[in-house]
Amino acid sequence: MNIHVKCFAGCKDVVGRSEQTINVPEDTTVGDAFDQLVNLYPGLSRFRSSLMLAVNTEYANRDIVLKEGDVLACIPPVSGGLAIADCRLRIAD
Amino acid sequence: MFKITTELIKPDALHEWILKPHHGAVVTFAGTVRDNTDGRQTARLEYETYAEMAEKKMVEIGEEIQDKWSIEDVAMIHRIGALKIGDISILIAVAAPHRKDTFEACSYAIDRVKQVVPVWKKEIWQDGDSEWAGDRH
Repeated sequence: MNIHVKCFAGCKDVVGRSEQTINVPEDTTVGDAFDQLVNLYPGLSRFRSSLMLAVNTEYANRDIVLKEGDVLACIPPVSGGLAIADCRLRIAD
Repeated sequence: MFKITTELIKPDALHEWILKPHHGAVVTFAGTVRDNTDGRQTARLEYETYAEMAEKKMVEIGEEIQDKWSIEDVAMIHRIGALKIGDISILIAVAAPHRKDTFEACSYAIDRVKQVVPVWKKEIWQDGDSEWAGDRH
């Protein structure tokens, strides 16, 4: 299935583009999709412990299952890197 | 009003917009572009956003404030693009019939923005180097 990936700030610099469509297996999770992105763009691995991911503009943990057409956004630390209150949402967890 | 803009932010305009006859207090916070970070001299900042999600998250923060303090009148404007020293990058206004809780609500608002609103700032230093704030690993 196809999902749309958006990258911003430092992630966008690594990936080289702000938007793209990637093909992933059915029932791919957020975590698996991110791992697939890291395979494509190894430079993303340095964001593992700080990145947050969002699906269709909602923060998502790595267990969320993606659907066809979902928009996955890679969200590096916002506004100077203050830790989000909810650590569940760190992709490394 | 919860919006992302590329235009100059005007505090008087937001004050006028939020103020209603039944209000007795308006608290406003302006985040401004500082000329240095940890002593290193800044030339300018560039702000980037995931606009759709940022506006949604700002609206949600307004709802959180309503739940916590029963304050209904909250507005936020975040500016993106290239900003210079002294420019306002974010303006938050909170209005209520009485000043009780308005200071706390406004302070809460900016703290929450910095936690969950997808806006990023890039520091362009005087020496020509640049760095995304928070990107230190």
